[in-house]
Amino acid sequence: MTSVLVSRLARLLAVLLAVTAASFCMVSLLPGDTVTAMLGANASEEDRAAVREELRLDDPLPVRYARWVGDAVTGDLGTSYRTRQPVTEAIGQRIGVTLQLVVLSQLIALAVAVPMAIFGALRPGSLLDKLLSSTQLALLATPGYLVAVGLMAVFAVQLGWFDTTGYVRFTENPLLNLKSLLLPALALAAEQIALYARVLRTDLVNTFDQDFIWFARAKGNSTRRIVLRHALRPSSIGIVTLTGISVGRMIGGTVLVETIFSLPGLGRYTIDAINNRDFMALQGAVVVLTVGFVLVNFVADLLHGVLDPRIRTAVRPA
Amino acid sequence: MTATVSRTRTAASDATPVDDGVLHPEPLGLAVWLSMAWLTLLCLAAALADVLPLYDPADTRAGIPLSIPTGQNWLGTDQLGRDLLSRTIFGARVSIVVGVAAVLLSAVVGGVIGLAAGYFKRRVDTVSIFGADVLMAFPTVLLAASIVAFTDSRGFLVVVLAIALIYLGPTIRIVRALTLTISNREFVLAARSLGATNARVLRREIAPNVVPTLLSMMIVAIAGAVVAEGGLAYLNLSVAPPTPTWGAMIAAGKPKLDESLYPVLVPGGALFLTVLSLTLIGDAIQKRHGRNLGAI
Repeated sequence: MTSVLVSRLARLLAVLLAVTAASFCMVSLLPGDTVTAMLGANASEEDRAAVREELRLDDPLPVRYARWVGDAVTGDLGTSYRTRQPVTEAIGQRIGVTLQLVVLSQLIALAVAVPMAIFGALRPGSLLDKLLSSTQLALLATPGYLVAVGLMAVFAVQLGWFDTTGYVRFTENPLLNLKSLLLPALALAAEQIALYARVLRTDLVNTFDQDFIWFARAKGNSTRRIVLRHALRPSSIGIVTLTGISVGRMIGGTVLVETIFSLPGLGRYTIDAINNRDFMALQGAVVVLTVGFVLVNFVADLLHGVLDPRIRTAVRPA
Repeated sequence: MTATVSRTRTAASDATPVDDGVLHPEPLGLAVWLSMAWLTLLCLAAALADVLPLYDPADTRAGIPLSIPTGQNWLGTDQLGRDLLSRTIFGARVSIVVGVAAVLLSAVVGGVIGLAAGYFKRRVDTVSIFGADVLMAFPTVLLAASIVAFTDSRGFLVVVLAIALIYLGPTIRIVRALTLTISNREFVLAARSLGATNARVLRREIAPNVVPTLLSMMIVAIAGAVVAEGGLAYLNLSVAPPTPTWGAMIAAGKPKLDESLYPVLVPGGALFLTVLSLTLIGDAIQKRHGRNLGAI
């Protein structure tokens, strides 16, 4: 087990290095000059040279990358070219919003999807099952940004229950904080609900057909007990894998949802960095998002072992 | 576990039909036919947009700004008085072309890499899988957004390239996994013992078995690519104005939601129907093939 962990961690590090190197190269090789973005097109040659000197932009690419990695491992992600704010500090201010949004939407998604899947799987092919499946299909076909604008139109604009924009910090007022995040989290959760419910339903239907379930039924256990005690755990491997993969999808989703609801999160920060060619900010955000994504998948892998003891001992090829 | 066993068991217990994931060749349902009808209609309208009696999508004098559907503007107008029907049909061009081209590109490139990785194994496999892992660890939507933003051209080609990159990693993985299982089969061994070259085995024995699955995956991927294009367009990072795109139309309609729903409803509805149709058709094809791609 330890050796598996070590080899996986090594692989994880290699992926991280490759991702940061790739984004470093990409941003440096693509057209669009940092100095022009900072000073405007009319800046004098001397000013430009001074900035280049200050940021040491004239060093060769590998040297700059090595310097960046050296700083990054100490937690220093550099300084934004545009706002002159340290990137680590800026990300620290914003990551809370995004984390809250992702966690809240995952909770909503699971809370809705698990009962949906159970009721569908109990009577496959029934009217209720068909109804639930159609709902899931409809949810799957609605992009998150469309759900977000739709929710905003109904609950904020027409009914006036929520504000269309505005974010309240948790430390200021926890209740208002939840209220300001509810619609964005719902928008982000919509697609996840459908994905989770579909996968869990299929897995449950398969599990219900296994010998140990028939045995549990023959012993006279109630349906409730069979579902909760026997069927749910072996059926949840698919959904756990999916959670890992979904996080990547959600990163894209948060960018849009944060833009639509004007939330000061990491997604918005990243898209601003992209639009302003704020290379250091972008690089920092990409690293944080990638680390998060890779870590969640790592944890999902470990959870497989918890859910299915057979996986624990078998050394799985990476 | 066979289908027969599970059926008798269920019949004995509560007599409900069983959806056991085993192949049941079903006739195509009404929903699938309706989906095909919608996609055909959309493609036709988009292709013939120049000939159809529509307003110019950029014409701000097509109607009163933010009007509801009238005899003059069948689906209403946007905040500048442009005809929503016309803009949605012209916007479909971007969605269709970008969606199909991006998925096609990633299928061809990813297909070749995946085939090579699964067939030659060893070094080729290690490198390709590592590449796919890096691509998939990268927040791909941000990658696409960066490419469009930094190249500053915002033409069709850049958007297609950016979205193709999103699907490259998963395509490599799926094709590789398929190739790995197929290249262990007897008929591949037979071909090789008869002295067939690698190129011939790949072309005549392996590719024909990979392509059907890849095609059914592509339909679902096109739905995803259309959604991704809409997202980029919402962020103003897709094909540049004045070309209308659904995503940009939704973004433009959002601040005026309190005055009119149609600027969001019309392109949003078109987007919804298109993605739903592609998903339904993809589902039907995968059911027919009896393969669960999610398992790979």
